[in-house]
Amino acid sequence: MSTTTWAWLVLLLPLLGSAVIALGFKIYPRAAGAIGTGAIMLSFVCAVITLISLLGHPGDHRELTSTLWNYAVSDGVDAKLQILVDPVSVFMALVVTGVSSTIHLYSISYMRSDRGYARFFAYMNFFVLSMLTLVLGGNFIILIIGWGFVGAASYLLISFWYRRTTATRAGVKAFVINTVGDVGMILGTILILRQTHTVGFLATFQVLPHVFSHNSPDLVAACILLLIGAFAKSAQMPLHTWLADAMEGPTPVSALIHAATMVTAGVYLIVRLHPLFELAPAAAWVGIVVGCATLLIAGTIALAVTDIKRIIAYSTMSQIGYMIMGASAGAYSAALFHLMAHAFFKALLFMAAGSIIGAMAGEQSLDKMHGFRRALPFTFACFVIGGLALSGIVPFSGWFSKDQILGYMLNRGGAYAVFAVLGYIGALLTGMYTFRLIFRAFTGKPCEEAVELEHGQIAHAEVPTNPGTGEVEDNEIGFPGPEHVIAEREWTMKLSMGLLAFAAIVAGFLQVPGVDHEVSGFLNTSFAGSPRIATGTEPSVGSEWVGLIIGTVVGLIGIATVYVIYVRRRGISVVLQRRLSAVHGLLVNKWYFDELISALVVQPALALGRLVDVVLERGAVQGAITGGATDAVRAGSAAVRRAQTGLLRNYAGLFVLGVVCVGLYFLISAA
Amino acid sequence: MSQVLFFIAAIGALVAAGAVVLLRNAFYSVLALVAHLVCLAVLFMLLRAEFVAAAQVVIYAGAVMVLYVFVVAYIGGSEEVTAGSGMLRIIGPLFALALAVELLIALLGSGLAGISGKGAVYHTGFGTPAHIGKLFLVNYLFPFEVASLLLLVAAVGAVVLARRHHGALDLSPELEALATEPRPEFTGTTAEGVGVRRVYRQLEAASERVTRISESGGVLEPDDAGESTGATVPAAAGVSAGAVTSPSQDAAAGTHDAEGER
Amino acid sequence: MSIGWYLAVSAIIFGIGTAGVLTRRNPLIILMCLELMLNAGNLALVAFSRMYGNEAGQIFALIVIVVAACEVTVGLGLLVAISRRKLPIDVDKLRELNG
Repeated sequence: MSTTTWAWLVLLLPLLGSAVIALGFKIYPRAAGAIGTGAIMLSFVCAVITLISLLGHPGDHRELTSTLWNYAVSDGVDAKLQILVDPVSVFMALVVTGVSSTIHLYSISYMRSDRGYARFFAYMNFFVLSMLTLVLGGNFIILIIGWGFVGAASYLLISFWYRRTTATRAGVKAFVINTVGDVGMILGTILILRQTHTVGFLATFQVLPHVFSHNSPDLVAACILLLIGAFAKSAQMPLHTWLADAMEGPTPVSALIHAATMVTAGVYLIVRLHPLFELAPAAAWVGIVVGCATLLIAGTIALAVTDIKRIIAYSTMSQIGYMIMGASAGAYSAALFHLMAHAFFKALLFMAAGSIIGAMAGEQSLDKMHGFRRALPFTFACFVIGGLALSGIVPFSGWFSKDQILGYMLNRGGAYAVFAVLGYIGALLTGMYTFRLIFRAFTGKPCEEAVELEHGQIAHAEVPTNPGTGEVEDNEIGFPGPEHVIAEREWTMKLSMGLLAFAAIVAGFLQVPGVDHEVSGFLNTSFAGSPRIATGTEPSVGSEWVGLIIGTVVGLIGIATVYVIYVRRRGISVVLQRRLSAVHGLLVNKWYFDELISALVVQPALALGRLVDVVLERGAVQGAITGGATDAVRAGSAAVRRAQTGLLRNYAGLFVLGVVCVGLYFLISAA
Repeated sequence: MSQVLFFIAAIGALVAAGAVVLLRNAFYSVLALVAHLVCLAVLFMLLRAEFVAAAQVVIYAGAVMVLYVFVVAYIGGSEEVTAGSGMLRIIGPLFALALAVELLIALLGSGLAGISGKGAVYHTGFGTPAHIGKLFLVNYLFPFEVASLLLLVAAVGAVVLARRHHGALDLSPELEALATEPRPEFTGTTAEGVGVRRVYRQLEAASERVTRISESGGVLEPDDAGESTGATVPAAAGVSAGAVTSPSQDAAAGTHDAEGER
Repeated sequence: MSIGWYLAVSAIIFGIGTAGVLTRRNPLIILMCLELMLNAGNLALVAFSRMYGNEAGQIFALIVIVVAACEVTVGLGLLVAISRRKLPIDVDKLRELNG
């Protein structure tokens, strides 16, 4: 079987899984979990086989396409159902299927008591299918199809507990913002297609230098539009407001979609289309600036919010900022390496968060949870491993990957170095907010739920409440499930978290500078044609190690600061909050982005809608056009009806009048 | 000679016609019509239509006018207050004038060959009963028979219409209710569909009345919600107090005494 | 007298009859004005019959008389029935066929 056939299998298996669960949910409702997880695991196996098969090809022949059928092939367009199997897409497919299988395994117990169990797994499989479509796509059309499907899956999964108004509203918000991105994507594609007359990636890259000049306005505009799509999907400023609200979905959803895979689609986009961005550096600068801004702003917000899932969400936003910044600056394999490492430890962090939320019986606020170290040892360990990886401490994977990006940028010099320095400040923030979370939740005096758990009982909520708003909700619909689970008691959760923790620890060793370069060596064949790689701007081993050491130091400083604030001298945080209350207010309100967007976009749109409703719909259409026509007819018939008086003499008079007129006509025509 | 006669007869006919229209007393109008018919008969005679003239006098002036006289005596001419709504008083004669002028133009200005002439050559026996009779029974037999059938139908119809019991407008109470009461709402009446206010008022008035009790035990069930008729059929004991106020006659609500006609 | 005179008289009588139909309120009088109109038609028919020397016009006139008689019969029967029901003998008041 050829490489591309295995790649098609990778795509086919989640599709089958989703279809089987969706169509047969009544026949085997409880098997949905096993079917879903099995499908993704098989898909992972197929992805591994694809990798092995791809490695069998020589280095510069590793870009394989395969077409199932043609959609519309004619003079100006060649739309086909085509996949492109090359190191980048195989890498992404491995990450997606690997992390997804662990998360599916985790969900088997997490969603156990939920009435929407089968629906959940159908949606999750559909999501994996869409993500794989996105990364394996061989032309813009399939990319956009995957893009749209991923948005749809995200919507379905965010508003999974659709009886909660907050959840549905969050799903709509996510979908609308993603649509803005989709529009950008499509417009950008059209701008490129107009000149290149082809939609396939490889063909486009070949034609590119002949059609566009350096920094040509068309190309820059197209790239910026594509970047808008990337920003919307990856939750960068200013299209980031949906990610925090997306935490309304179940925790596995947050882990999979909003940490590991979907939000990385923007990074994948930039890496995949790197020839375009290299030919239009102006657009690349936009990516760098936005990525940097996001990583700083999101990091500061994460310092202030208290919902545990939202802290991790802002952390995701910040890390994606790193990846976008790196990919726009040309550190493609470093960005992808960080993507993989991030997927591991972020998913691990979310899973652990799910465990502690379960212990708190659904409560998500950091203010209410403290002292769980003895009650949840395994979860604590996972949190620490994930947190250290996230903060970039030796020897965890995050250290190697994140600091590789920053080292690359330092090496490039000039303005890039400035952004690299800002990136290190972001690393400081990362250490601070991560360990703020860990210290607050696990150290200190155990709260009641922790005490209950130490005695062997999971806390149970008296009244089911919405963790976001605190309002009481009716649970009789069957979801969210009444049962809360913690990792210590479920073997599936333990297994999946353990796998991810292991990966978070050892994945870094794939790319130790100076020792081995498995990842970049594998990936760089995709970037062979890039002038970036060709001119050998890879940093030297020495400078890389310098960057790594700086990164560790910065991270440790951050952790130490937070240790002092939250563990050693408690109470400082409250004092600080009061002293810097303006800053704190800004941060807690997420830099007022929501209000800004509401005032700039949402309210005018609503006002316009109301205006159109009153003026156009009621006034013009119903009043004048339809109403006017009917009123005219009604008035006309009322006027005519007035002739029906019932008076005999009136009728006779009309009769005579008619005769007179007819006679007149004949007289005139005869004259 | 004939001209003098023509003018006398024509002027007489015209004056009598005017009298028919203008006289207030119905009886005088009838008499004027009789005079008009006789003048017309004279004109027919001048036109050599002897049989028609005789038939006119005998049938028209003799029988039909007598019928009119009897009916006027029975009904009595009502005292008319005005000649009708203001507009029609002026417009009516105006329309008539227009019609007459048109006809005059048509007839006289048409340039027909024979109008200015004196007519065709006179053959003996033109217009005599013999000729007319022969034509009736030979050429125009069918119209003759149909006309007689028509007469039969008219006679029978007149008898049926005007008889005392079960004649025209002599409706049994159920039929009368059906005819006079406004149809209930939402049954698809045109009046309701076009929003005639009078009908709405009637519906509201009808909905406030007592449910009807039928003498024969439920021939007419109580009407739909909001639409109930109120009338009590006079019981066998002769209670005459059932007065059905028919809402359909606006101002001149004729209260018919259900007792008086049985 | 040329035929035109008779036709002129016929037209004028027709007009007078129309005026009567349109202005009077008593149905009896209206019926009588209708008779006027019919008679005017008769006069025209007979005049044309004399003009062409064809007796069909007179036949026609006779049939018209028959029809007029029938119409009067039925109409007056209706009027009698109306007056029996004590309804007003006034065409302005008998106006149920409206909408």
